[in-house]
Parts: sequence; C-alpha cells; structure tokens
Amino acid sequence: MTETPLLSVTSLHKTFGGRASLARLLQGKPARRLTALDDVSLTLGRNEVLGIVGESGSGKSTIARCITRLEKPDQGEITFAGEDVWQARGAKLRGIRKDLQMIYQDPYGALNPRMSIGRAIAEPALVHGLIGRDGARALACELLDRVGLPRSVAELTPRALSGGQRQRVAIARALALKPRVIIADEAVSALDASVQAQILNLFGELMRDLSLSMIFISHQLSVIAHLADRVAVMYLGRIVETGATADVFARPRHPYTAALLKAHPHLEARRSQTPALAGEIPSAYAIPEGCRFNTRCRYAETRCRLSDPPAAAFAQGHEAWCHVLPDLENSANS
Amino acid sequence: MQTASSPTPLLAARDLSVGLVNRHGAFLATNRVSLAVDRGQSLGLLGESGCGKSITLRALLGLVPHPGEIVGGSVTWKGRDWRSLSKSEIRRIRGKDIAMIFQDPASCLNPVFTIGDQVTETLRLKLALKAKAARELARDLLDQVGIPAPEERLRLYPHQLSGGMRQRVMIAMAIATEPDLLLADEPTTALDVTIQDQILTLLARLKERNRMAMILVSHDVGVVAQNCDFIAVMYAGHIVEWGPTHDVLRTPRHPYTRGLLAAIPRLEVSGGRHPLQTIAGAPPTPGELPEGCPFRLRCPSARPECATIPVTLDRKPPDHGSACPIVM
Repeated sequence: MTETPLLSVTSLHKTFGGRASLARLLQGKPARRLTALDDVSLTLGRNEVLGIVGESGSGKSTIARCITRLEKPDQGEITFAGEDVWQARGAKLRGIRKDLQMIYQDPYGALNPRMSIGRAIAEPALVHGLIGRDGARALACELLDRVGLPRSVAELTPRALSGGQRQRVAIARALALKPRVIIADEAVSALDASVQAQILNLFGELMRDLSLSMIFISHQLSVIAHLADRVAVMYLGRIVETGATADVFARPRHPYTAALLKAHPHLEARRSQTPALAGEIPSAYAIPEGCRFNTRCRYAETRCRLSDPPAAAFAQGHEAWCHVLPDLENSANS
Repeated sequence: MQTASSPTPLLAARDLSVGLVNRHGAFLATNRVSLAVDRGQSLGLLGESGCGKSITLRALLGLVPHPGEIVGGSVTWKGRDWRSLSKSEIRRIRGKDIAMIFQDPASCLNPVFTIGDQVTETLRLKLALKAKAARELARDLLDQVGIPAPEERLRLYPHQLSGGMRQRVMIAMAIATEPDLLLADEPTTALDVTIQDQILTLLARLKERNRMAMILVSHDVGVVAQNCDFIAVMYAGHIVEWGPTHDVLRTPRHPYTRGLLAAIPRLEVSGGRHPLQTIAGAPPTPGELPEGCPFRLRCPSARPECATIPVTLDRKPPDHGSACPIVM
C-alpha cells in the first residue's frame, strides 16, 4: 500500500493493573500487571475492512477501546487521517470522535431502554450539532431506511425489537454521524444464523455505498473470511500473522492461525481424531518467554523459548511472526 | 449405523409436546416431537434460539421446569415408558444411565467447594464408593478427560479453573457412571474455538470407547455436522427435517434448512463480500406462531395451503424426512 493509511496504530502497549496481594506488598513486590497489548501495530486503508480475529483474552477488544479513546494506551501512537488521536484537542478531537464510531456485541446494552429508537438514532447528530431539533425526525427516518427497518420503529423502545432489529438500530446510530471508520466489536456474535446473514449483508452494502472503512473484530473465522479484506490474527496481546484474508486463510504461515483454521467446525469435513491445538491460552499475567505461542506450538524449538520471533514477510504484505514455519517454507522452496 | 428404527431404541420420544407458560400465557414449546437414539449413535438437535431444542432435551429426562409440563406423547427408555417407571427407577436412570452437561459449567459447580469435594461427592452417591476410592477414581476421571495435574486440580475451587477445564470437570462427573446416553446442551458455546475443538474431540472419543449414545443440542451447524450421525432440524417447536447428517447437509429438503445452510458464511469462500442468502424476518416468538406450517411467513416457497397443512415428516427416521409437502 503506497497511499497513507486512514488509520494507523504503531507499537501500542497496554497493561492493566492487577490486584496486589498483601503478601506481595509486604515483600515489596509490585502488583502483577496484565498485558493486554504488547507492541501491536496495524493500519486501516480507505474503504477497507480489517478483520481482527483471536480468542478471548487476545487483546482484540482492547485495540478497539484504545482507538476510540476508551482506554489510554501505555505507549504507542494512534493516527487517524494525520491526527494523533490521543494528542488531538478541541474541534479536532470532536472531528475524530465523530469519524470513529463503534458497534458492540449487545445492542440492548448499548441502547437506552427508555429512549425511543428515533431519538436514540438522532441524538449523536444533535450532540455534535450536525442537525437541529427539527432535523431529528428526518434523519432518523433516513437512517432507518438505510438499515432496512420500517420508519414506524422510530416510535418504539428497544424492548419491542428483536436482537437483529436492535443491532440495525445500533448501526443506524453509528451512521448518524457520517463516520469514516466503523469499529465493530463482535457485532454479529449474539445473533442467530439467519439474522446474522442479514446483518453481514447490511455491512457489505454500507461498505459499498458509503465508502466506509471498518475494523471488524470477531472470534468467528467464517465471518471474518466473508467480510474482511485483510486480517490480523492475535494471540496473547500480539498480532502473530497478518495479510490479505484470502491469502492468510488459504496459506497460513503461523502455527496458531493454522490451528484456528483446523479447529473451526467445517460443515464438510469429519472431525479429526486429535484436537487442532493442545493446552490453553496462558495467563496474560505471565506471558511465556520467547515466542508467546511456544507452550502450545507443535513446532516449538529451543530458539522459540529464547527469543521473540521477528516478522517473516511473504508476498502482498502477508507477514507472520514465527521462527520455524517460514524457515520450513524457505527450505522447501529452495 | 442405521439403527434408529430398531425395535427398541435406547431412548425414544413419540409425539412429545411440552407446554410452557410465559407472560403472554401458555404455549407449546415442543410440538409433537419424535426422535430416537441408539447405542453408539449421536443425534444433533439443530436450531435457532427459542426453537425448543433445549426444552426437548430436558423433557427427555422428564425435567420440565414448573409450571410447564409434558402435555402429550411419551418417552421410552430401553422400551419402557417413563410413566411406568417407579420414582426410584427414574432416579437411578437419571443419576446413572443418562448424564447431562450444559453450556455454562460454572453455574453447575458450587463455588464454595473444591473440585475434589464435588467430584468425589458425586462418585460416593452414584457409585457408593468409600472416600479414598472415590478420591482415586476422581483423579483417574480428571486424567481421562485431559485435565493436566489432576491431583492438584482436585484441590482447586471452580473459579480457579478456566471455562474449558470446568467443562472437562462436568464431563468427568457425567461419565463417571459410564452412562448409556449423554445429553449435551450447547456444551461448547461459551468456549473458544480451539477449546471447543478439544472438548468435542474428547466427547467423540468417549462415545467411541463406551459405545455411548449422545444427543447434542447446538445452534452451530458446524458443530453438529462434525459430531453427529443424525441431524434433527428444529423450528418453532417442531422437527422440520430429520436425516443422516451427510444427507441433510448435502441435500437439505426443508426450505428452512436450505435457508439456514445458505445463510452461513463459509470459511472456504474468502473476500468479495458477496451477499449471503438470507431468510426474511426473524425466528418467531414462542407462543406467537402462525397456523399451519410455522415457517410459512418467512418461507420463499409458501403457498396458501401452507396455512392448513400439518407439520409431519414425510419419511420416518432413519430416512431423510422433511415436514414440507410443497418443496420436494
């Protein structure tokens, strides 16, 4: 990619304070800290969908929260359209807030149960002064059309809607500010399959019609495969592989990505006799030395326990942070 | 293994209907459901939220939450009707012959007792073991379900284990009596995909080793596809399609099954954001069903006569049956 990305995240670090036990305090040891993000960098291009996939505790939601200024990163830089998100003040900050909108997994928790849908949708635009009081009704109708809900919904409260309809409302409200980037955190995970497909199609339409960019966070590989142009696979606070989705999923270069793909319940294949990956994700309070995946990796060698793997670059921006697999590939090719 | 039609299946339900009560009044959560499993077989109950799959599973054990009740049909265990069994027989079957695991193992474990206390208590009650023997068997069971360092885990409390480990503990307790049938209600829904894979591999191994039958309830087509010999697709309390897994997935017959399979994004098809096929509308609210076929308001092939047709499978299990007389 030669053009400057719309959004870039560079060397992001974020830890959370653990509880200090009395014993540790008496021994003069500091409280243990949970490492949520450890040197994470990523970019998002214009009209691109970046998928972030990983299991619970991998740090995918923390990235979203740092970008939208809900969590202050310990280190690192987040730049949106040339502005540092965490340095911006005043009008510039308001501009950034307008342009970066989030959608969450549980739309019921994101909507005020006592506010009518119409008001909920128009409120952000009122707050940002994009419309006046008299424009609210028209805006709500326009956005309800956009997300495929009848206009009559504007009078209802969230309780009267189904889960899929509520997620459409949450999307309409995010769109009210005409954002340039939408960050969707597990936005379709709580929905039934038949409804999930409707919402995925809606995201597809929005991408096509509104020239949006999107960061789509999900634990469902198939959803990422469907929606994302590029994907970043996360493990324990770090990106372990990234590249074009089709490329990464067809030819994974990191053992963790390969295991995720194998563990995905395919419709066609019968289950294999052995699990794709043994063991569990280690505690984020005690991240393994060397490559953080080495405790579960079937390729692990001595060097994997000693040093963090450097990036191995493949064609078209495909990168993987692994000592062993890229070497195996190279020796197979030569 | 085409034995679902053998004269006396391990467990069979015939025209089972369960009535429940919500704030709108009474409704049928399960409507004339018939199913059967035999030893070594696995049946997947597939459906979206509110379709009645979990309540069906509970009704098989006679465990319908009050004020709901079984309003019609029968369940037979090894050929004997539940209603003909004495209380002590029912207790023995529920405790020993049939085991059940749930989606959320945390809520099935008591937070103030150690894993060891809870597993050994189960063993002492179910198998009448002495404390020491129970402790040894507990360690052995934890080992069998792939819990590393079982001796140490027995001393831990539930909150000190991960979700995957807690589910393994539940499975260990469930298989302690070497049950003939395991009922699993969304056992991996709360788990990460690699842990889900581990748990399902474990269940498949146990099923193979003990010739255990299994009924697996899931909303995830992939999970059912990979782990079940037969699939029953449920919609609004009815089984609308039933058949060998392979047949149902390859050649779905009911419009709902077809719609569901087409709506799922596939891992193999990356990029492009080609529109997925969708099913219009949303799953019906229990208790607010249309007359006739419950799917007709969302069905692309619906005709006027759908409002009056009964919902019955056109072929009896184990054959591949569909409850839609319109789409062949």
